[in-house]
Amino acid sequence: MNLVEETAAWLLDAGHWSGSDGIPLRLGEHLVVSFAALLLTVAIALPIGLVVGHTRRGAAVAVNLANLGRALPTLAVITIVLPLTSAIDPQLGFKFYPTIIALIVLGIPPILVNTYVGISGVDADLVESARGMGLTERQVLRRVEIPVAIPVLAGGIRSAAVQIVATATLGAIFGGGGLGRYLVEGIAQNDNGKIFGGVTLVAILCLLTEGAFALIQRRVTSPGLTQPRFGWSSRVQPGRPGGAEFSG
Amino acid sequence: MTIDWAWVGDHLDELAFRTLQHLYLTAIAVIVGFAISFVLAVWSIRRRAVYPPIAALAGILYTIPSLALFAALVPVTGLRSIVTAEFPLVAYTLLIFLRNIVSGFDAVPGEVLEAADGMGYTSRRRLWSVELPLAIPLVIAGIRLATVSTIGLVTITGILGDSLGGLGFFIFEAYRRSFLTETLMGAVPLMVLAVIADVVLVRVQRRLTPWNRPARPSDDPTIATVGA
Repeated sequence: MNLVEETAAWLLDAGHWSGSDGIPLRLGEHLVVSFAALLLTVAIALPIGLVVGHTRRGAAVAVNLANLGRALPTLAVITIVLPLTSAIDPQLGFKFYPTIIALIVLGIPPILVNTYVGISGVDADLVESARGMGLTERQVLRRVEIPVAIPVLAGGIRSAAVQIVATATLGAIFGGGGLGRYLVEGIAQNDNGKIFGGVTLVAILCLLTEGAFALIQRRVTSPGLTQPRFGWSSRVQPGRPGGAEFSG
Repeated sequence: MTIDWAWVGDHLDELAFRTLQHLYLTAIAVIVGFAISFVLAVWSIRRRAVYPPIAALAGILYTIPSLALFAALVPVTGLRSIVTAEFPLVAYTLLIFLRNIVSGFDAVPGEVLEAADGMGYTSRRRLWSVELPLAIPLVIAGIRLATVSTIGLVTITGILGDSLGGLGFFIFEAYRRSFLTETLMGAVPLMVLAVIADVVLVRVQRRLTPWNRPARPSDDPTIATVGA
């Protein structure tokens, strides 16, 4: 049997689609961990980014923290957190918490940096005129800065989401659940069908996540921002390098 | 949960060896990745049409989790093979380098290019003595991002066998033996290594481009927004 046949055979085997090691369950675990991590990451990084971007205070601290988070290897974070969380809760502290915590560390930098840069990059004249019209600071943020910066904000969330879903695979190395189990077990058991079956599922999930968030990003972007005649939108357009991500 | 310091003392040789291994696995990936990306980036700048497909391909590679890429290569190039370890590591640097090199060249003002052309520079000389120096801040920012991210990813090569993994070796072996001291022997130096690499490369960048001192932190080219 060649690789393609082995993979197809593994994926089509009905036994792999049910039970405690079945694909639906592993996919579910993967999504639960990723979703919980993303939600918590947004809850932490977005407000901080908005405040720092709006007030321009604490920018250096935020940027340095984001850089530190970027530098910390996910695997190291999981292994250091593992003994602590499993001492608190032997069940979830072993299977879920270490992965979730490491994924939050991974997800904060892109959201924090994009939110801060997006908000602080909104044209100062625009913000001034909003203030001149009598908007409170909170209204300036909600009605002017966020709508203008939304493509950059959404870009950060999208990047964090993709990295989180991709990296959630690593939890399996230390006994966690998710689709990564098939990769870890496949390598250990020398089962090529399982390896490639797992790789196929993980790759599809990641590309779907990327596609879905790219679509959301486009949907939430006001059409006015993509029309070049609005000069002020140019401040928040890409123009800067991407590639700050940390996969795996 | 106590640390076995005697064990740590007995394994300092191993620590030195694994740290060096970590560094050379990282260096190979960054150097090879940079060389490939540089050629692709220069090609993309000369012929704009080739950039979107190249960037899309690099983006897809980047989206696939590292563990999946390592696993996918095991049946092809074998377990315990340095090729299995380096191929994904190189693949992950491509997108980072490509985007930063191309944006770096894009940031060179048109007037400067015209001035160089007007002075009779050949396109090769213009590339090396005008465009490249001006693109340096973003190029170095790319090297920094790629290096730090590769340091993290090298750890995962430990799953390919004890002959690889760099500091990740300790983490994988510690997990098999449930030995906390050994976990920390891998994880703590690993974090230190990643943070030192980050700080050193920022310094290098500032040193090489003293004119590029950002007025506001958001103008700093080393903080890159993503996914926009």
